[in-house]
Amino acid sequence: MDLKLRVWRQGGAAGPGGFKEYDAKGISEEASFLEMLDIVNEELTMAGEEPIAFDHDCREGICGTCGLMINGQPHGPQQGTATCQLHMRKFNNGDTIVIEPWRALAFPVIKDLVVDRSAFDRIVEAGGYISVDTGSAPDANLTPVPKEAVDAAFDAAACIGCGACVAACPNSAAQLFTAAKIGHLNLLPQGQPERLTRTAAMVDTMEEYFGSCTNHGECESACPQGISLDYIAQMNRDYLKAQLADLRRSGQK
Amino acid sequence: MTATGSKNESPAKAKRPLPWPIRFYQSDVGKKYVMAITGVVGLGFIVFHMLGNLHAFEGSDQLNHYAEGLREIGEPIAPKTFLLWIGRLGLLAALAGHLHAAWALSRSNQKARGAVGYEDRNYLAANYASRTMRWTGIIILLFIVWHLADLTWGVGAINPDYVRGEVYANLIASLERWPVFLIYLTAQGALALHIWHGAWSLFQSVGINNARFNHWRRNFATALAGIVAIGYLTVPFGILFGIIH
Ligand code: FES
Repeated sequence: MDLKLRVWRQGGAAGPGGFKEYDAKGISEEASFLEMLDIVNEELTMAGEEPIAFDHDCREGICGTCGLMINGQPHGPQQGTATCQLHMRKFNNGDTIVIEPWRALAFPVIKDLVVDRSAFDRIVEAGGYISVDTGSAPDANLTPVPKEAVDAAFDAAACIGCGACVAACPNSAAQLFTAAKIGHLNLLPQGQPERLTRTAAMVDTMEEYFGSCTNHGECESACPQGISLDYIAQMNRDYLKAQLADLRRSGQK
Repeated sequence: MTATGSKNESPAKAKRPLPWPIRFYQSDVGKKYVMAITGVVGLGFIVFHMLGNLHAFEGSDQLNHYAEGLREIGEPIAPKTFLLWIGRLGLLAALAGHLHAAWALSRSNQKARGAVGYEDRNYLAANYASRTMRWTGIIILLFIVWHLADLTWGVGAINPDYVRGEVYANLIASLERWPVFLIYLTAQGALALHIWHGAWSLFQSVGINNARFNHWRRNFATALAGIVAIGYLTVPFGILFGIIH
């Protein structure tokens, strides 16, 4: 099929950017979205032009490196799917496809469609871990965990950190990401000792970079992993508890 | 460490610990709690006021008597209008909190969005109500000021026929003018939208979330928005159709 692409091009972080139009001709329906871009890039390279820069790594929906705003939807028209798992059969011959980078103050463009998501790393550094003494591995099933808690924690842990939630949010809020990163630890016994300090530190760090949640729900519908808004409510509750609790007595300070 | 894209231009300076309510309010999550709690106070008032309005259908004496009764709440233990003023000050404080938090949050959000927006944006979950909270809020605020000037303070330029204490006559004198009728219609539309999003959103903000009752949160907001809008609009429509006269 033949397509028209309207792509954001920006030479570097400082440079001004703008849209440029490209023709993508003879694209197979079986091609993935990124393969379609590869084909276009090959032609650009042959023609001596600068190829379109975009982020990608695993191309199997598990690493969270890819992420494009496609026709006004993060990761494109197929919900619950990362850009790399999107296929061209979702489009029609003759379509114009608008491709933009994630937009947020905390996600500055590095080049073209590539943005710097290191603000996410700052949030995780603030508490997205558990502190344990290393040593020999503990016995399996030493710490009983209810199956429901495991499932809920696992759903949160499915977050691949792609940033679609921020890209989708009219407030550029990172609540869904942060709530998932907090949630997968706070739901498990191993996460309890640092539960409140973790929540407070990660939320405070998040707010240095991102906006606040007005409960639009855009993040949830943009998330390729289908992470639920429920984790945001849990984060809000834990944040209040972190303010009220005697952190010293609960061993968290 | 300040990475690229931080909303704080200047690095945080070492601050001595503040009391927790202030520290809590400094965070956006804390401000959302304030939005939710002051919103609940507002909702309580809105329902109470709506029920009081229905006395208009009982006629002049009943409505005026009810209005006078509001001044006498708590008598004889408390002096006249004492509890009324406590209530008014409480509402004013809630309104101030709601406004300040809303203002601060939208500033923070605006900053976080950065300079360049999307050319194309296709919303899936955000709806008209959630995206217009700021504007419906402003409409409601303007309405409150106008409504007080019209029927509580009796500002001459707005309601020349105002007579203090004649609640029923004032109400009819005001609403018989068709622009006033339109103002009510607009304000009620804005209020219904504001409640439809706000009364759902507040549960998330304060972390009330449980699979057992989550679906009721949306139903609750829908029902409340509907009941409030219909309840309030009975009065202007009652006057329009001559049921209240
Ligand atoms: S490239 Fe790894 S998730 Fe898309």
